[in-house]
This record gives sequence, structure tokens and C-alpha cells, in this order.
Amino acid sequence: MAELNVTETQLRKQRGPFAEVMHRLSKSPLAMFGLGFIFLLVFCAVFANWLAPYPFAKQNLLHMFELPSAKYWLGTDEFGRDILSRLIFGARVSLQVGFIAVGISLIVGGLLGAFAGFYGGTLDNMIMRVMDVLLAIPQTLLAIAIAAALGPGLYNLMIAVGISAVPNYARIVRGSVLSIRGMEYVEAARAVGSSDLRIILRHIIPNSMAPIIVQSTLGVASAILNAAGLSFIGLGIQPPNPEWGAMLSGGRQYIRDFPHLTLYPGLAIMLTILALNFLGDGLRDALDPKLKR
Amino acid sequence: MLRYIFRRVLFLIPVLVGVAFCVFLLLYLTPGDPAKMVLGDLATEQAIQEFREKEGLNDPFWIRFGKYVYKAVVKGDIGRSYSSKTPVMKELMAAFPATIKLSGFAMIIAVIIGLPCGIISAIKQYSVFDTITMIFAMIGLSMPVFWLGLLMILLFSVKLRWLPSSGFDTFKAMILPSFALSAQAISMVTRMTRSSMLEVIRADYIRTVRAKGQTERVVIWGHALHNALIPVMTIVGLQFGHLLSGAMLTESIFAVPGLGRLMVTSIMARDYPMVQGAVLFVATAFSVVNLLVDILYAYVDPRIKAQYK
Amino acid sequence: MSENKNLLLEIKDLTIHYVTESGRVHAVEGLNLELAPGETLGFVGETGAGKTTTALGIMRLLPMPPAKIISGDILFEGESLLSKNESQMRAIRGGKIAMIFQDPMTSLDPVVPVIEQIAEMVELHQKGTKADALKRAGDMLELVGIPRERGVAYPHQFSGGMKQRVVIAIALACDPTLLIADEPTTALDVTIQAQVLELMHELKEKFKTAMIMITHDLGIVAEMCDKVAIMYAGRVVEYGTTAMIYNHRLHPYTEGLFNSLPDLESEQEELKVIHGLMPDPTNLPSGCCFHPRCPYATEDCSKSAPAMAEVAPGHFVACPVRVAELKNN
Repeated sequence: MAELNVTETQLRKQRGPFAEVMHRLSKSPLAMFGLGFIFLLVFCAVFANWLAPYPFAKQNLLHMFELPSAKYWLGTDEFGRDILSRLIFGARVSLQVGFIAVGISLIVGGLLGAFAGFYGGTLDNMIMRVMDVLLAIPQTLLAIAIAAALGPGLYNLMIAVGISAVPNYARIVRGSVLSIRGMEYVEAARAVGSSDLRIILRHIIPNSMAPIIVQSTLGVASAILNAAGLSFIGLGIQPPNPEWGAMLSGGRQYIRDFPHLTLYPGLAIMLTILALNFLGDGLRDALDPKLKR
Repeated sequence: MLRYIFRRVLFLIPVLVGVAFCVFLLLYLTPGDPAKMVLGDLATEQAIQEFREKEGLNDPFWIRFGKYVYKAVVKGDIGRSYSSKTPVMKELMAAFPATIKLSGFAMIIAVIIGLPCGIISAIKQYSVFDTITMIFAMIGLSMPVFWLGLLMILLFSVKLRWLPSSGFDTFKAMILPSFALSAQAISMVTRMTRSSMLEVIRADYIRTVRAKGQTERVVIWGHALHNALIPVMTIVGLQFGHLLSGAMLTESIFAVPGLGRLMVTSIMARDYPMVQGAVLFVATAFSVVNLLVDILYAYVDPRIKAQYK
Repeated sequence: MSENKNLLLEIKDLTIHYVTESGRVHAVEGLNLELAPGETLGFVGETGAGKTTTALGIMRLLPMPPAKIISGDILFEGESLLSKNESQMRAIRGGKIAMIFQDPMTSLDPVVPVIEQIAEMVELHQKGTKADALKRAGDMLELVGIPRERGVAYPHQFSGGMKQRVVIAIALACDPTLLIADEPTTALDVTIQAQVLELMHELKEKFKTAMIMITHDLGIVAEMCDKVAIMYAGRVVEYGTTAMIYNHRLHPYTEGLFNSLPDLESEQEELKVIHGLMPDPTNLPSGCCFHPRCPYATEDCSKSAPAMAEVAPGHFVACPVRVAELKNN
């Protein structure tokens, strides 16, 4: 077979899977913007203490409702607190809630879905019936109900938002596991004598990653949105902790005279969700082996 | 077909019982004594005990739950509001129309704007229209409804003074909340329609129709659309759930006297029967809509219809 | 090629490229083809040789942003198809030239009953009421061996072979003069394949329809076709009647194709393959596209693209080496 043009060196030059995905992702400017923005937020969250010009809770009743100026880049709120600083610290809160809530959904939902898909039968039935019940309640409403039951606070907020999304992840993971189980390459792997564990590690998990990754990225967006909504109606983060939704709620009554109190937090939320959505869309395209369009 | 419908309706019952169970469980686990909440901190111990007896709060969990389900199914009685002392069902029925109208209008707006935009974006993929539409769709998806609502109030009520910022009784009052609520739904419908159309347009059978010498108009608006709309229908149905949730926040902003506002105030007031009833109500409405969409889907897609003959 | 002026279809030096991000695909290069009325031409080649592109080019159904007809012309009944406007082409599609595609499973609209899909074809090209069209559609169903009553069913309720029959019914509903069949039986089981081919043969005889049968199966060609064109990397490399190609083939690629067929009678230890791989269509070899894999290749072969030479009346080969060899014998 010396006439074959594909040589070993050519095979080695091909990128590994992660690099391949990143390469494809880099082709989309929107996705790159999304990625960049998220990195910026993470940076703000981690280094908030050094980046923020003022402590987020520091009130200054002599400087309430200041418009953006050199001293207060985005102005001050109803207690004279610097809005920019509160936004920066708010990034920390939002990202925490977003990632941890999704983490909870992924672990709980993912495990449930994996068991349901892998073992099938009665276990599958039972788990999915419970999921059906949870899915009968619109997600935000479920989050509100759980948050109302648990009470205010950051951790309760994370749990409420996390649990409300569990059925979504359970379904996706179950679907992935089911479809891969039935694939011929799994059959082929069994036929050559691969053990269950090997099959799970080498075939099932890598092939189910794509939809899970996409869902998780979009899930962080949805979690942040839900968290903001919950804080807006008073459940969740308590003052003086800075949360973008709570800031919106606080500034609401002054909208006529001082719209900047609501403008900036809302903008922050919107840009974050936008970035995550762009990233999620980009990942969906980058991970699709069929290379649509 | 009828058997399928019957089975699905039958299946709804355990789901709703399950929902009631979850809500009951949640409220059971909530810290705080409802008796104290309702009667106030200065209530006497005797008054508290009387209240607890009367409301059956001292019974074990399963008995309470059982009584609740029994009363709900047999008498349509899902309790009495702690705050207003009126039956929950009555309050829900009073608040329901506003929410349905709000969600309904938002849904209609979403379909009227979303469908054509999605179709045209798909036909003219990569054009200026497509790009702009996709950008707007992305923004619409990413904007929190409560912020959008506030912005719309700022622009249309405060600055321009064209539309009222609260209430829901006049037609003018309904415009802002309906549009604010519809933003996310418009975006979803546009995106889904576009991607569904794109997929269908590339299908082999569309090529067959063209090979027959059919005009492009009939190819797209007849064959392609018919096939593309089928999955979009499911999305539209699911959107209703999001709209119901979104209505809650929208109602708070625009002071619309609907279920959402009722729910928010009840949560704040720890009015358990009200919250329970409202969640159950919304879950029922959501499930019924989903069921209707599924049935419609089976009707419209001959492949599914055949399965359920 | 031949001087016969009574040709139904004449393709002259057709060149079609796909302009994509990863390069320019030379799908069809300088293609020449002829078809007389009632004749069946077998269009043979491996996947990616450019057969479907040619077929879609004739129908003007190529996706025009990536695809570009660079040069050449397609004459149908003496008129240039490339200069017709869209409305004229629509009248021709289905009415004069019909096409059936490879995969019957996805060729039919899933939400429309099959009889209506046939009727649509009739309504587009023949005058009459909807009822007339439906009646004609029912007739066509019967013609392809499907009971008329089954017409109200949906495509998913039919098997693959029956779906392909419906596709044939649609294609022949308006009595076209030319039928282009793009690998119509490749996706079917062998036994069903035989049935569908027999049906096509019957109908072809009955309606005197000219046919271009695109296939990579030499067995089908032997059964159905009067003439054969062998295609490689976007060019026709050999052309002639079936007898000529099967008995007196010349081009090294044609030889390779026939040699790779396992022979029932002789003993073979290894399958004979054509060495090498199909060339990358964005980066074709210089000169004769086949020269890297050709056992007869000379230095000149890499320098200039060979022209078609007539070695016998009606038998054309694009290989100067072999032509010269033949002359010397």
C-alpha cells in the first residue's frame, strides 16, 4: 500500500480534538467576542477587590444619585454607592451563581439522566416521571417557588436556580447516553471485547460531551438571568450585596429622574447573557462534526 | 387518535398530583409558622393554636396532602388565602384573565413578527436582512424582560408620554407590557423558524419539487414552509411556559393585576394556600397547552399521526 | 464528435466549477456528450467524478453561489439550455427533461400524499382541472405497479422500492423526451433493484424516452444502455456503444474498471485494483488527470490534457498513448 498518500507525519500534524474545536471556534467573531467578554468578567470577579475604585457597600449620603463623572465613572445610586464598583463585585456574584447553579444542575441532572439512560427499565421510568412533574412547572416559576421556600441568601439562590434546571440536563444526558448506547461503534467495541468501563470512558462520555457543553454554556446564561429575576422580586441576594438584578430593583423607583441606576446594571446583564449566547452558539457549530453550512 | 388523546389526558392527572405534592412539600419545609405570619407577632398562643387546628396544620404531612387533593378534585376547593380570607380559586379566577390576555397577546405578537422574519432570513441567508434580524434576535434573547420593561417605560411613558406605564384596562395600557413580554418569544420563534427552514430548504424532496419545474414561490411557501413549521409549532407551545413565567416579572413592572403579581405578593406575605394554588394553576395551564400542541402536532405531521392511529 | 444533426442532447465543452472557501473544485472539465432521441446513455464513473454535477447542470438545478458554469453549452432539441431564462427552464423541467434522484427515502415530500405529488407534476405541465391531474396521477401509479387506491397514503408508508416507483411515476407523468436517472437503484436491495430496472426498461421502451443512466454499476450499464460514457475527474475519457466499450475498451481507466470486476470463471487470489486514489478535485494532476495511476503513462501524459480521438466510428478515447498503440498494431 505504498501508493497511499496519507503518511504518518500527516496524521500527526492533525490537531487534537480540543485544539480542533478551538480552531473552529476562532472562525466566528461573535463567539470570540463572547469568550473574550467572559474572560473579562472572570477577571473582574477574581480581582474585584483591586479593580473596583470603591467598596461596594460604602454609602456616601452626600453624593446620592450622582451622574457619571470622573470621580464616579458610572455615577452613584440611591445610597451614594459607586455603581461601577457594585457592577464589578456584581460580576463575581453573577458568575458564582451562574457556574455553581449549572454545576448543581449538571451533577444532579446529569447523574439522574445517565442512570436513567444506561440502566433503562423501571429506573428510567421512575426518574423521567419525576422529571415530567418538574417540567410541568415553567422553570423560572419553579426557581421562584424553591427560592421562596428556602429563603433569601446567595446559597439558597444557587440551589433554587440549580434545581429548577435539573430536568433539562437529565433529559439531555439521558438522550445522549441512549443514542450512543445504540450506536454501532459501541456494538463494535463490545464485539472486540472492550469492557463496560472502557466503553463508557472512550466512547460514551466523549460523544455525549457536545450537547452537554452547549447546554451548559447557555445554561449559565439562563441561570444568571433567573438569578437576576429572582433578586429583582426580592428573593435571593439580600442588600447590601451587589447583584445586578437587585440593583435594577433598587433603582426602579427613581427611573424618571435617575435612569442611570437601572441602565447600567441592565446593560451588564444583557451583555453577559449576549456573550454567553454567542459563545454557546459558536460552540454548537464548532462541536458539530457535520460542519453545517 | 382519540385513544392517544385520552391516554395523554389521563397521564396529566398523576403529573398534576405530583406538582401539588412538590409544592406542598416545598411549603412544608419552609421555615416559619404560617399561623404567626397571618395573625401577627402579637397573637396569643391560644389564637395561634386555634388557627393551627382550624387549618389542619397539626396533622401529619400525608393527611394534610390527602385532604388537599381530595378537596381540590371533589370540590374544586384549593384552600383559602391567609391574607384576604377569600377562597384561593376565586382569587385565581379573578387574576387569571389579565395574565392570559398578556401572555396571549405576547404570543400573537411573537408569531406575527417572528414567523415571517425567520422565513425571510432563511430564504435570504447571509443577506443584510438576515444579519440584522439575527442580531436583533440575539439581543431580544439576552435582554432581561424586567429591564426591557423598564426601558420601554422610560422611553414611551416618561420621555415620550405616548403610553401609560401601568394598568391593563385600556388598549393603550396593554401595549407596553405585551411587547416587553414578547421580546424573548419573538427572538426564539425567529431563530427556530429560520433554522427549521434552512434545514428543510436543503432537503432532497425540495430538490425533487424544483425538478418538477415548480415555481420558487410554491417551493418555498408551499412545500418548504409546510414541513418547516411542524417543529416550530412545538417551540411555540413551549414558549407559552416561558411567557407565563415572564408574565410574573412583567406584571410586577407594569402593575398588571394578574396571576404573576398575585403570586409575588403572596410569596412575600407567606400566603401558602395562595402560592400553592397559583403554582398548581400555572402548571395545569402549561400542561394543557403542551398537550394541545402535542395533539396538534400529531394531527399536522402525517408521520406522527400514523403512529397513533 | 459525430455529425448526426438529429441529436436530442448535445453537451459541448462544458466546464463547471464549485468555488468554495477551501478551494476551487473542478467538478466538470471540457465535457462533451451526445444523445439521440430514444437512446439510453450510461454515464459511468466513481463517486465524485462529476456525473451528478453534469446532470444538475443540464437541469440548471445547480446551487449557483458555489457552482459556476464557466464555459461550454448544453443544447437540447437544438436550443441552448444555458441561455434560457428561469421561466422557460421551469417549463422544460418535468415537461421535457425529467430527473430522478438517488435516495428514494428522502426524495418525496413527507407531508403530501403520493398521488398529489404526481398530480403536481401533471398540473404544472398539462392543461386541465385538478381532477384530470389526479386521474392521470392514478394512471401513472397503476403504470408503475402500485394500486391506485394507495395513492392517498404518505411516503413513509411505502417501502424503498415502492417509493422509487412513485418517483419514476412523477418523472414520467408528463411524457418527457429525456429522463436523467441519477443512480436510481443504488440505495435499494439487489432484488428490488432488478424490479425497478425492469420497470424503467419497460417504460423506456413504451414511451421511447431517451435516458441518461448515471451509475457506477457496470452490470446495469450492460443491461440497459445503448451507449456508454466513462467519466473520470470531471472529464469523459471514453465513449462509444456498449458493445465497443465492453469488448474493445481502450482507455486505461476503463480497463482498470472492468478488471476490478471479480470474474466468476477464472481463479483469482487477489482483487485487481487501480493503484492510487482519486485525485483531489481542488488540485488535479497536470495534463491527463489519470496519469499518476496509469500503467501506460509517458512523460507527455503529464504535460498536456489529451483530446478525444475517434478510433472507430462512434468510439472515442482520450488517451493518445493507447490510440497510438492501436494504430501501430
